[in-house]
Amino acid sequence: MNGELAQHTAKAEGRSYYSTLVLRRQLILLALLLGLALSFCVDLALGPARFSLGEVVAALATPDAVSQQARVILWEIRMPVALMALVVGASLSIAGAQMQTILSNPLASPFTLGISAGASFGAALALAFGVVIIPAAVEYVVPINAFIMAMVTALLIHAMSLRRGVTIETIVLLGIAMVFIFNSLMALIQFFSSQQAVAAVVFWTMGSLTKATWPKFWISFGVLVAVLPLLARHGWALTAMRLGDTKAESMGVNPRALRLEVMVLVSLLAAIAVAFVGTIGFIGLVGPHIARMLVGEDQRFFLPGSALCGALILSIGSVLSKVILPGTIIPIGIITSLVGIPFFLFLILNHKKTSW
Amino acid sequence: MVTLQLDRLSASYGRRQILAEVTTPRFEGGQVVALLGPNAAGKSTLFRRIFGLLKGGGEVRISGATSKRPVAYMPQDSGVNAVLTVYESVLLARMQGRSLKVQEEDLARVERALEALDIINLGKRHIGDISGGQRQLVSAAQALVQEPEILLLDEPTSALDLNRQIGLLTILRRLARERGMLILVALHDLGHALRFTDQAMVLENGRMIACGPTAEVVTPELLRRVYRVAARIEPCSRGQPQLIVEADV
Repeated sequence: MNGELAQHTAKAEGRSYYSTLVLRRQLILLALLLGLALSFCVDLALGPARFSLGEVVAALATPDAVSQQARVILWEIRMPVALMALVVGASLSIAGAQMQTILSNPLASPFTLGISAGASFGAALALAFGVVIIPAAVEYVVPINAFIMAMVTALLIHAMSLRRGVTIETIVLLGIAMVFIFNSLMALIQFFSSQQAVAAVVFWTMGSLTKATWPKFWISFGVLVAVLPLLARHGWALTAMRLGDTKAESMGVNPRALRLEVMVLVSLLAAIAVAFVGTIGFIGLVGPHIARMLVGEDQRFFLPGSALCGALILSIGSVLSKVILPGTIIPIGIITSLVGIPFFLFLILNHKKTSW
Repeated sequence: MVTLQLDRLSASYGRRQILAEVTTPRFEGGQVVALLGPNAAGKSTLFRRIFGLLKGGGEVRISGATSKRPVAYMPQDSGVNAVLTVYESVLLARMQGRSLKVQEEDLARVERALEALDIINLGKRHIGDISGGQRQLVSAAQALVQEPEILLLDEPTSALDLNRQIGLLTILRRLARERGMLILVALHDLGHALRFTDQAMVLENGRMIACGPTAEVVTPELLRRVYRVAARIEPCSRGQPQLIVEADV
């Protein structure tokens, strides 16, 4: 009788624990969303001309009610940059999250797999030697080069990974090899380039949101919106991948097919993001780790959690890049790493159980 | 009632043939079938071939199944470090191929599987934090939650203490009887096979060398030939067959 009672209690406890877990995660996602909204408004408010948060909210709610100057600054100049921070942060973080998931490796990210390095190489070809892979409007030559090289890198890694005997651990090593190859090629380009071209390449690789425009935002946003449901559709299967290929297979998942599809989708996300804003290495690695600590690895929460964490980190980075040295916008890639990494180290050292 | 019959089943990894023309009589729901054989005999490969993870010659004949996915497979244990609770990891197995929205029914099934294996109290724990034996029971729950008609378990007792081994095999036999499930279980303990299974099939170097009622298959002659162990089988005081190992051959 006592056994039955204990069983019943354990069952009720299990259910209530699960319900609490789900509720807690929903609240965390909500909190991240609110934090994001706040950071976005602060990002809009800051700059050479400062606005109060009230003015920003008024300009967002009723653009016609504010002065033309405020409208132009907020809507035409700052809005694409602030929105780009959200979209790029979300894209890179989702890309990192899914790379870590399908490769079962905590180090996987667009940066460590060489996708960012490939993009930098493509951009450097255009900036230093004027190499145009696909003719386009001047403004898009560098991003298109970067995008193509990023995708070529991703597909190359995938093609190599299909060879017999290549394990998922090897894929990460292949990515790291690509990083070194592209770094050498970049050094070679810089060696043969003019000083001016070297400066342009170095600035590009630092990553900067100031290159954002409305059309670039819409392209990045469009890709993000298209890819998200395709990933969400595989939510249960992706979560199962974290139990290992054999276990996932036993649950009816086809790991190879899923890995291919997800790799293509997230490479597209990462390539678009890097092509438009340059190399921002930190987000794709850390965004998912923070999300994992906050909401676990059930993809119903982990996918939106990663997107929100990535967007929030880059948005806060954008704010910090304006306030650290008033009057100067420090390239965002520098800020996210310098400020973010100590914070990240603090988190993983204090949350060992819920991190990788 | 569900039935399973293997007809000249083969499988290879590259050029290396692992299974050669494995043929069995028709096994029926309600039975527990032991899959026996020394290490590297092809037991896991046979399960993977039956489950459809490996292609090869021959045919897996399943009839009388009422569901679309009648077979569930529990692979051998492997360590995991995913940030998931036991409850979530079993829910995950239930939800594959379903919508993202979890229904009340899904949670009830998860609890039923955890309860059946007597691990409902592990629900809150992270799967990375539990012992190897507990993880094995969670794996069994992940297979069970899929409510299969045919259940393939690859060495489910290898990490369990003696009490848990007996507990799990008793539960499996009860589930087979109560739910009409056909359970194939790879075992190394022939004493357990004698005590808990109805039928046994023995693999050696990828070939089936014996198949039939367990008491007729597990004999001193088989132990000498396949395992190179001298042993005798005698009924214990309660009439259960008991394996007594005498020496290596």
